[in-house]
Amino acid sequence: MDILGLQIPLYSWETVLGSAISGVFLGSIYALVALGLTLIYGVLHIINFAHGALLMLAMYAVFFVWHFWGIDPYAAMLIVVPGAFAFGYALQRYVIGKTSHGRDEIILLVTLGIAIVIENAALFFFSADERSVQVPYDLDGIDLGVTFAVYPELFALGGSLAVTLGLWLFMTRTDTGRAIRGVAKERQGARLVGINVDHVFAITFGLGTALVAVAASLLAPTYTVHPQTGYLFVLIAFTVVVLGGMGSFVGALAGGFIIGITEQLGRLYLGESLGLITISAIFIMILLFRPTGLFGHKT
Amino acid sequence: MNGFAKSHLGWLLLAAALLAVPVFVKSGRWIEFIELTLFVAVLGQGWNILGGYGGQYSFGHALFFGTGAYIQALLQFKYGVSPWIAMWFAVSGGVLVGLFVGYLSFRYGLRGSYFALITLAFAEAFHVVARSFISITEGGRGVQLALNRDPDQAIALFQFTFADPFLKSYGYYYVILALLMIAYGATWWMERSRFGAQLVALRENEDAAEALGINTFRTKMAAICMSAAITSSSGIYYVQKFLFVDPAIAYGPTKSVEALFAPIIGGLGTVLGPLVGSVFIHGLSEVTREAIDAVWGARPGVDLILFGIILVLVLGFAPKGLVGLAEAAWRRVARGGKAQR
Amino acid sequence: MILEVRSMSKTFGGLKAVSRASLSVGEGEIVSLIGPNGAGKTTLFAMISGFLKADEGSVAFAGVNVTGWRPHKVCRLGLVRTFQVVQPFPNLSVAQNIAVGAHTRLRSRAGALEKAGEVAHAVGMGDRLDMPAGSLTVAGRKRLELARALATEPRLLLLDEVMAGLNATEIDEIIGVIRDIRQSGVTILLIEHVMRAVMNLSDRTYVINNGVMIAEGTPNEVTQKPEVIEAYLGHGASERLEAMGAGGGHA
Ligand SMILES: Nc1ncnc2c1ncn2[C@@H]1O[C@H](COP(=O)(O)OP(=O)(O)OP(=O)(O)O)[C@@H](O)[C@H]1O
Ligand SMILES: [Mg+2]
Repeated sequence: MDILGLQIPLYSWETVLGSAISGVFLGSIYALVALGLTLIYGVLHIINFAHGALLMLAMYAVFFVWHFWGIDPYAAMLIVVPGAFAFGYALQRYVIGKTSHGRDEIILLVTLGIAIVIENAALFFFSADERSVQVPYDLDGIDLGVTFAVYPELFALGGSLAVTLGLWLFMTRTDTGRAIRGVAKERQGARLVGINVDHVFAITFGLGTALVAVAASLLAPTYTVHPQTGYLFVLIAFTVVVLGGMGSFVGALAGGFIIGITEQLGRLYLGESLGLITISAIFIMILLFRPTGLFGHKT
Repeated sequence: MNGFAKSHLGWLLLAAALLAVPVFVKSGRWIEFIELTLFVAVLGQGWNILGGYGGQYSFGHALFFGTGAYIQALLQFKYGVSPWIAMWFAVSGGVLVGLFVGYLSFRYGLRGSYFALITLAFAEAFHVVARSFISITEGGRGVQLALNRDPDQAIALFQFTFADPFLKSYGYYYVILALLMIAYGATWWMERSRFGAQLVALRENEDAAEALGINTFRTKMAAICMSAAITSSSGIYYVQKFLFVDPAIAYGPTKSVEALFAPIIGGLGTVLGPLVGSVFIHGLSEVTREAIDAVWGARPGVDLILFGIILVLVLGFAPKGLVGLAEAAWRRVARGGKAQR
Repeated sequence: MILEVRSMSKTFGGLKAVSRASLSVGEGEIVSLIGPNGAGKTTLFAMISGFLKADEGSVAFAGVNVTGWRPHKVCRLGLVRTFQVVQPFPNLSVAQNIAVGAHTRLRSRAGALEKAGEVAHAVGMGDRLDMPAGSLTVAGRKRLELARALATEPRLLLLDEVMAGLNATEIDEIIGVIRDIRQSGVTILLIEHVMRAVMNLSDRTYVINNGVMIAEGTPNEVTQKPEVIEAYLGHGASERLEAMGAGGGHA
């Protein structure tokens, strides 16, 4: 087929299935990144534009921990995740909370400002070079017939499922989780019964940032990092979150898979460049026609 | 002096000073610097109409700049259209994109951060399209216009690189100045019109505006058209000056961010805000670059780190930007003067 | 009749906020709509003025069927509402706030600002023209709400609790202002909990409870009706009052 000079090829089912499966692996990465974003949105009702920049920062942290101390990226979680939590906590408590006056478009701009600061600080200190972690097992894996899955991809998939489950258990079974949900539902009420809402918000933001660090560790073996890495992920993460329904963990997981598969099929059929339009197209459609997403409910 | 001249003395002086810049500024490097500052001031005034006066914060104003620039470049490159004709299509194209994005967003009632996100998504979609449809847009390698070396053709081809000495030095300055004066004149007029009052009203409270007889949908559509026209006009200058545009320049995030920096730092919803913001940003950028060069040698990023911090500080503590701070200071001085008497 | 509301209903989730409510207002009248909290008064106003889509029913204003019209169109035809929870333009001055209303009929900025000054004087805010609306007191904001609506030169004014939160003197002032507005030829439909104002101002009163219109008549008539007393004071209240020998008229 030929549309506007673009060749639309016809592929065998093996190729298509292989593409879809690699979309599932890609989608698990997207889901991992989106989980933190959706947690923050669900509780604070803010859209965190700095999410991508925080991911980039965490990826650099993983890289440097590996580079200087030779620590495996998965083990690096033990250092990077607590650090990310503290950073996120401070960011919400002392910067975003103090400057945004609780207006959502101002919050978006404040987090944009933060993203710009982080990105350019990375550029200043780490330069624009691409860095990547080398692990001995990044080419080993399992042959799935139609495609080959390397271990880092399998770990990312397992990780996204485990993190979703863990997050759900945390939010429903622990006191902290229940407090967070209480604040999400009834801000004023929570304040009246003496809950320190600012503290809970900052904890949530810290958790969201910690999740970003988990994602960074899981994708370190397969992705390179440079100061712009975050921007590449931020629009995708928004799309995943909006598609799944803002605030929904299962939605983020499902949304991640849908976007991952769509992107891979888009690349297969429309080419490396135009294939990416599927993501913006989904984003626009969802915003216009179903802003509550697939799994969200009306407020 | 007649009444108009008297009551608008400040504006007339500002215009005269800008027109007379070539009398005082001879260095090519400084003219370039001023041109760039005015360019961002025009880009930002477009954003300010919609965001500052209308309260609809766009994160994708590159949509309009990029469309203006691409149309200006492609009509000349592919069809040999005169740049003087292409520019009308450039602005109309920007307005059409504004109508399209505005209709979808406002009809479906997107507000606040949802509007910001959808403009971002549209800019990204246009970015992908510009990169992918090579037969139409030349794809990722961009559109490079031929450099005119014939001095007699300088005006006809709207290219001043090989023109007579005055045009060569100041031609592009007057181009961006003309665009600036049109944009700021239009904003000045708008601020004093019913349309402006209604636009500000819907920014302040959309329900109340609607209750008081304002067609909020139509008012927002008018605002996005005006905004798009101004921002896309800056694309004309850009293409004539640099004779080049590619998808990243046109639709990448940089222009969208520049467009909102200037008015927010300068003063949202004020005529001079974007100009003040742009002067501040570029001045600061120049100073820090010199300082960094002296200390560490050339390294990118520092000026943007500062702007990011300033953006956050302004949003948090000076919501009316530098213009607002200046006004508050002025009022304090005026009151102090009165108290002494 | 300048306003005819026929059998309007609105359901939120499972809750019938308004069900088959009808009312009419004649040219030049002051009509009040009363009822306990949550009775559906504001919801009915929102449907009349075009802010909420009704599930069923129709609104005719000045002989035109305006059902489903957007609020700005309804306003241009001469029907304007105020909000129970005041909705000022906080960063604009009092004069600029009122001028927004005046622009509905006047294109020129100078004309609208002049008109704003006149209206401000008429409602007793002439001394606060340059104050930012955000810094007004509750009473000031209520007045501003009224002034802005008035500046659109309406034929019918819907006032939603413009006296709530005011003290006795302020209420007396507003009652005077509302009388003057009627005197100038504007018809008024008002929601009010302040019974003194209702008794003082209204030619007729409608009573709504649980979304249903339960009574209509002069203020004195409706406040005597047992079903109205019960709506306000709970089931069996009118018998109790009778047994106690109270008239029950002046709640
Ligand atoms: N947007 C909405 N969504 C859901 N329920 C609503 C909404 N608006 C009103 N309600 C409900 O509808 C019912 C009627 O509300 P309404 O505001 O019309 O009452 P009211 O008579 O104006 O009361 P009040 O005297 O307290 O102002 C209430 O139970 C209210 O909780
Ligand atoms: Mg009410």
